[in-house]
Amino acid sequence: MDKFVKLIQDVEVLWSKYYPMYLNGVKNTLILALVATVIGFLIGLACGVLNTIPYTKQDPWPKRFLLKLLRGLIRVYVEVFRGTPMVLQAVFIFYGLPYFTDGAVAFRGNSGMWLASIIIVSVNTGAYMAESVRGGIISVDPGQTEGAKAIGMTHVQTMLHVILPQALRNILPQIGNNFIINLKDTSVMFIISFTEFFAAHRYIVGVNNMYFPSATVEMIGYLTMTLAASFLLRLAERIMDGTDHYKLVQEDSLTMTAGTYNHPHRGTPFDERSKEVRERIKQELKFGRSRGDR
Amino acid sequence: MEDKILEIRHLSKAFGDHQVLRDIDFSVGKGDVTSIIGASGSGKSTLLRCINLLETPTGGEILYHGQPVTGPGVNAAKYRSRVGMVFQSFNLFNNMTVLENCVVGQVKVLKKSKAQALEDAMGYLNQVGMAPYRNAKPRQISGGQKQRVAIARALAMEPEVLLFDEPTSALDPEMVGEVLDVMKALARQGMTMLVVTHEMAFARDVSTRVVFMNQGVICEDGTAEQVLGDPRQPETRDFLARFRNA
Ligand SMILES: Nc1ncnc2c1ncn2[C@@H]1O[C@H](COP(=O)(O)OP(=O)(O)O)[C@@H](O)[C@H]1O
Ligand SMILES: [Mg+2]
Repeated sequence: MDKFVKLIQDVEVLWSKYYPMYLNGVKNTLILALVATVIGFLIGLACGVLNTIPYTKQDPWPKRFLLKLLRGLIRVYVEVFRGTPMVLQAVFIFYGLPYFTDGAVAFRGNSGMWLASIIIVSVNTGAYMAESVRGGIISVDPGQTEGAKAIGMTHVQTMLHVILPQALRNILPQIGNNFIINLKDTSVMFIISFTEFFAAHRYIVGVNNMYFPSATVEMIGYLTMTLAASFLLRLAERIMDGTDHYKLVQEDSLTMTAGTYNHPHRGTPFDERSKEVRERIKQELKFGRSRGDR
Repeated sequence: MEDKILEIRHLSKAFGDHQVLRDIDFSVGKGDVTSIIGASGSGKSTLLRCINLLETPTGGEILYHGQPVTGPGVNAAKYRSRVGMVFQSFNLFNNMTVLENCVVGQVKVLKKSKAQALEDAMGYLNQVGMAPYRNAKPRQISGGQKQRVAIARALAMEPEVLLFDEPTSALDPEMVGEVLDVMKALARQGMTMLVVTHEMAFARDVSTRVVFMNQGVICEDGTAEQVLGDPRQPETRDFLARFRNA
């Protein structure tokens, strides 16, 4: 018991002495995670949308070639950035740039460090979001696209007004997931001297060796940030779903008449065909095959 | 010839090796109400989907007022806005309210003003008896109600022809009537309609013409009276007999 009392005292000492440093770390972590998640989401959105432009054998070959090339490039991007550790990507880009340009181009100073960090975390998030957005688009019922086409909407209009609003709602949990992961994983940016929350810990324990109390501060700090993020996300989802009620605008005067009815068959073959596939993708979106498994 | 809205000539469609439609020939004139009947798998949906360019035909041609609608340089979206489609599974936009479903096409495709689109949408929703539900989302209304909204959405585009693919087959029995009533009213108003249906009473009482499809070809084509009352082809007789016994 007295150990806990001691720990609380130590934490209090650390906090009163170094709280500006911890808070500055929290601030930088929040900014980096937020900015990089937003940019990463936009990159993922662009990739996902480009990746799902439909083409058929009847299309002219330059269009088909271009779209195939695009899909290939996105594939490579996703595999490379998902397949290597972010800490290594940071080193690679931060030191690679001056190496190749003989120091002519480099991330210099504080702003250079910010820029490098934002680029790396964004591009990394983008690789994960590209798959999420693509999955989100594919998992929307193809009937929605057909309904839109049938009233004369173009592919762009269909995407903008029908598919993306539904796809984005479906992947909102994943966007949140990526934000939470970024809150934690930006800690590897200490490697290029970015002073986020964990860097504050590294500096402070370097001065006074109070490893465990400082780690406790870090744990509490990260947990507070991620719990707050979870809460806000849940709230955003609820707002997006809207209410479950609607108001009848006037009495419904329609009288229903019974009709003759035969029931030869329900559904067509293609209603069923892709349902399982869509369901599987939906499940994958929810649980795993995502950045969350790491 | 001038009064033909759609002419389908030698239309064929294959999915890989599977020849689903063969040498389909028929035309749709203004005010025609054509019912397409036939066993499940005979290619009725595929035919409608080809006409609306949701599938690309593998042979033959489709003429809209004498102009081919397939091939390069054709604005498929513009053509589709003139040929409406009502699906078995409704396909209402799940992210929009009933009213928004009927407005979006008018504003984005027909480039109408929002105010005008709202006014017109309300008119069509009234016509199908769904105006009171204008603020509901598709998931909050019944199948029959969804289908009526889908019809209003299609009407809001002021199409020249409306295609219906088994519009009542996904509905519970007690909801079939409300949708058929809306369709009957449309037919009375002179709407040009092409209806894939298993509702023989509808085919008999409402349509000016009945087309019987069998294994990807048009087997019999004539007035409702003739095809349903006095079928010439043995396949048609078999189908109708099986149907009555079902
Ligand atoms: N996208 C598709 N790919 C392969 N086969 C298909 C596809 N769509 C339909 N078919 C096949 O075409 C045939 C006709 O189907 P369909 O037009 O739905 O018939 P119906 O509407 O008369 O029941 C069926 O054998 C079906 O399996
Ligand atoms: Mg069908």
